[in-house]
Amino acid sequence: MAEIAEGGGGGGHKGKKRAKKQSTRIDMTPMVDLAFLLLTFFVLTSTFSKPKSMELTFPVPPENIKEQPPIKNGITILLTKDDRIFYYEGEFKPKDTDKGLKTTLTELNFSQESLHKYLADKNKWAQEEIAKLDEKFKNKQLADTTHKRMVKEIKANKIAPTILLKTDDKATYKNVIDLIDELNINLIGKYVVVDILKPELDMINEKTGG
Amino acid sequence: MSKKPSKGGAPSLDMTPMVDLAFLLVTFFMLTASFRMAEPVTVDPPSSIGNITLPDNHIMVSIDEKGRGFFGISNAAAKMAALREMSKKYSVPFTEEQIKKFSGLPSFGVNIKDLPRYIDASENERSTFQPQKGVPLDSTDNQLKDWVSYGGAEAVKIYNEAKAKAQEANQELKAEKPRYAIKCDGKTKYIVVKDIVKVFTDLKIYQFNLITSLEADPNEKK
Repeated sequence: MAEIAEGGGGGGHKGKKRAKKQSTRIDMTPMVDLAFLLLTFFVLTSTFSKPKSMELTFPVPPENIKEQPPIKNGITILLTKDDRIFYYEGEFKPKDTDKGLKTTLTELNFSQESLHKYLADKNKWAQEEIAKLDEKFKNKQLADTTHKRMVKEIKANKIAPTILLKTDDKATYKNVIDLIDELNINLIGKYVVVDILKPELDMINEKTGG
Repeated sequence: MSKKPSKGGAPSLDMTPMVDLAFLLVTFFMLTASFRMAEPVTVDPPSSIGNITLPDNHIMVSIDEKGRGFFGISNAAAKMAALREMSKKYSVPFTEEQIKKFSGLPSFGVNIKDLPRYIDASENERSTFQPQKGVPLDSTDNQLKDWVSYGGAEAVKIYNEAKAKAQEANQELKAEKPRYAIKCDGKTKYIVVKDIVKVFTDLKIYQFNLITSLEADPNEKK
């Protein structure tokens, strides 16, 4: 609206000479309108970010199933309905034996004080070691690749816990992702999603009442 | 710069810089924008700290809240080749035109028998297309497995061809290796996802990109 040609509207003035002078000016309003229309359209429709993702590797089923190798520092986490989490440590023992008492489930939830704290506690050693490496890396005492390799080695160390993640048929995908995410946040490198066992399922059902 | 307007005239303002800027922005957005077709369903993935960008070359299975599976390949050539193979296997004929049109479609969730009708439907009809029950994946009629298998094989073949060509010409390889991605709604039962994962593991594919929305990493903040 800014550059309205005065020639037409400004009748009454002794206009003819002025109109001639200004005839080279173009009314830009429609062009500006169009430009902003297009601009608005592209701003609103364009999506900048490509989807982000997390990588997950599933176990290759063993070809000849012998006896399963014993898992050191194993923690089994069971997910079920209503965002509830149960866990037990070590191997599953259906009954009291001389090796130890019958397995019982402990409950956790997705809050900062519960699951996060538990996992941080379990993985304290690795977290401290990695923090030390990060410090060294920051002070440029370590090369990029060496740093990466050493972090990987610490995560794979025997002392670090191994998490077995199992779900019953009522757990949601969000639960699984949240849990894996929590493991990643706590720098736990050894985790795997596997099928639930029948006795474990029975125990959950007992706890949740169906 | 501009002459002061004479009394009584309209106030004048030099719009040139503004117009310059506007067109600059328009050009920028036009060149950067990538158009996406509307997906047949909205899938709301859960958030995680995973910040790996999904590669452009991917084979994606999306699962909606109800557990319906949708299949999509980003590479148009692989998509067309996969459809040809599927057409042969399930003896559902497709015209050349349909195959071409199919390559431009986003992910779909229909039985292969309904696919010709689905392709011919208009954009609006497609969104309300009825037998959109998801690609069948039960053990008696596992079409999803075939799609993944053919799609994956074709995508890898195209990648290998590009690689061989690049090596021959001694150029840097631009193509990426195809990746398998799963996009799933947060509310979906995990047991459904397990079935989809089984489709992949049966085909000896063990590595996935799970698509999640980005969340701040609490470790980075420190």
